[in-house]
Amino acid sequence: MEIAIISGKGGTGKSSISAAFATLQNEIVLADCDVDAANLYLLFNPVCDNEYIFVSGQKAKINQEKCNSCGVCIDYCRFDAIFKKGHKVNISETLCDGCLLCSRICPRKAIDIVNEDKSRMYTGFFKNGRMVYGRLAPGEENSGRLVNLVREKAKQIAKEAGISNIIIDGPPGIGCPVISSITGVDAVLIVTEPTMSGLHDLKRTLEITAGFKLNTSVIINKFDINISMTSRIETYCYQNDIKLIGKLQFDPLIVEAMVNCQSIIDYAPDSDISKRIRNSYSKLLQFNLIDKI
Amino acid sequence: MNPKTKIAIASGKGGTGKTFVSTNLFNVLQKRDLNIALVDCDAEEPNDREFIRAELQISHTVTQKVPVIDESKCSYCGKCKEYCNYNAIFFLKDTKMIKVLDELCHGCGACSVVCADNAIVEKDDILGSVNQYGVSANSVLIEARMNVGVYSPVNVIKSAIKKANGYDIILLDSPPGTSCPFIQTVATADYVVLVTEPTPFGLSDLMQSVDTLRGMGKSCGVIINRADLGNKDIYDYLKFENIPLLMTVPFDKRIAFSYSNGELLTNLYSDWDLKFHQLYHTITEQYGNSNH
Repeated sequence: MEIAIISGKGGTGKSSISAAFATLQNEIVLADCDVDAANLYLLFNPVCDNEYIFVSGQKAKINQEKCNSCGVCIDYCRFDAIFKKGHKVNISETLCDGCLLCSRICPRKAIDIVNEDKSRMYTGFFKNGRMVYGRLAPGEENSGRLVNLVREKAKQIAKEAGISNIIIDGPPGIGCPVISSITGVDAVLIVTEPTMSGLHDLKRTLEITAGFKLNTSVIINKFDINISMTSRIETYCYQNDIKLIGKLQFDPLIVEAMVNCQSIIDYAPDSDISKRIRNSYSKLLQFNLIDKI
Repeated sequence: MNPKTKIAIASGKGGTGKTFVSTNLFNVLQKRDLNIALVDCDAEEPNDREFIRAELQISHTVTQKVPVIDESKCSYCGKCKEYCNYNAIFFLKDTKMIKVLDELCHGCGACSVVCADNAIVEKDDILGSVNQYGVSANSVLIEARMNVGVYSPVNVIKSAIKKANGYDIILLDSPPGTSCPFIQTVATADYVVLVTEPTPFGLSDLMQSVDTLRGMGKSCGVIINRADLGNKDIYDYLKFENIPLLMTVPFDKRIAFSYSNGELLTNLYSDWDLKFHQLYHTITEQYGNSNH
């Protein structure tokens, strides 16, 4: 079973909860799909066994020796990335989208294409199984494609090692990398918090999961920060027929565990918060078993 | 009179308090009647409006050109597929199957340039909207809002930032991360405020943001939120890297509670109003220093 943990709003506790779920099991494949800010490797310190280069896209670069400053490329570029500085034609690296049109239409073939190949994907072992994680180099795009690669690798490892469950720690937001993290998974868990922003973002995230007809449940983190917001979220879930698998209180132990580079389950196994997480996880599994029958 | 300044508020890690800082900083400056625009650039999940309640003044739709293939003219040569660097054209020569995958298209126009049959026209696809809210006579909130199901927020962000041109002070509430949406937001800023928390995750993401900004030649300062939860590593890092610490915000249930209700701390407590006003001065001082 592939379970994706996402949130819409950042910082609601996706990674802490993913880490906790991953350490509830003896054998798991953990896929860190927040390739823009991959963090789980910091907790689990995996022994890396493979590194893969990911080409996220291309950028155009002017070859000043060949360029005669005719400016045709400037007219064609739709990203406003090409401009004249004095008599010289320049391409802004930040604005270039890598469509390659300029290099194709340049009458003097004065535009070279450079691969963006600084992003990486790693696989490794940690105490509860296997880990796959991507690291997108700053400023690079196409994180959705890197997410797909991480997921494919995770599935392949799970199959080869005979591991049945994959946990995906997804990115924040609702754009391409999120869509890539959830399409085709068996279950999505949305981690939310009882704030106006949390509720706003939850609604948008639920629109996405509904659009893909995914089996979705919700967990409310730090529910005691604002009890009345919590009941608003509960009511919203109830009215929209969305399963709520649990409520977790704000607990400084979660931060302590992270500072000690451990999941809360390993750091404080007998704490109330760990018990609640265990219950939530079994509820999540239960809901999905019932749905399968 | 202040010179025009554009300040981006960003963070690698999500949920560290970008919106909290942006909305409160905006609030203290608009209360002092400065000419200011706050741009919510987190187009995937825009939240500033949860805190700043104001009348919608103008809304405009952001679109992107997407090709439409007229199959009565198409000779199925496959050139457009070859030119598309985003795999947005699905083509099978043998069965004469050709299809545009709208969500993968970046609107670069390469396919229509190469088509020799004149078989490609372009339509406008809606990506989202830019909404302007009037907060006071001198200040506005400009919200970038991507439509649900759209793949990239970048075009919506760019249009929103353009709308803010002309204001004396422009604050950009940036999307999380260090990839494209973040780069497009901070690229236009004079100074970047990074909001973080003193945890290993916060530090790791901060380091990545700092490296990225240095690569772009941008100067930055740091605000540590929930400063008393976590450890001291982040302070050592800032000292070692010589990065100014602009402000610390303690973990305080009052702050968490006012945030959760969509209330601005600087409207509730006068000491916080002063602290955020001081923050603005610290930022302009730092910005001045980094330019001389």
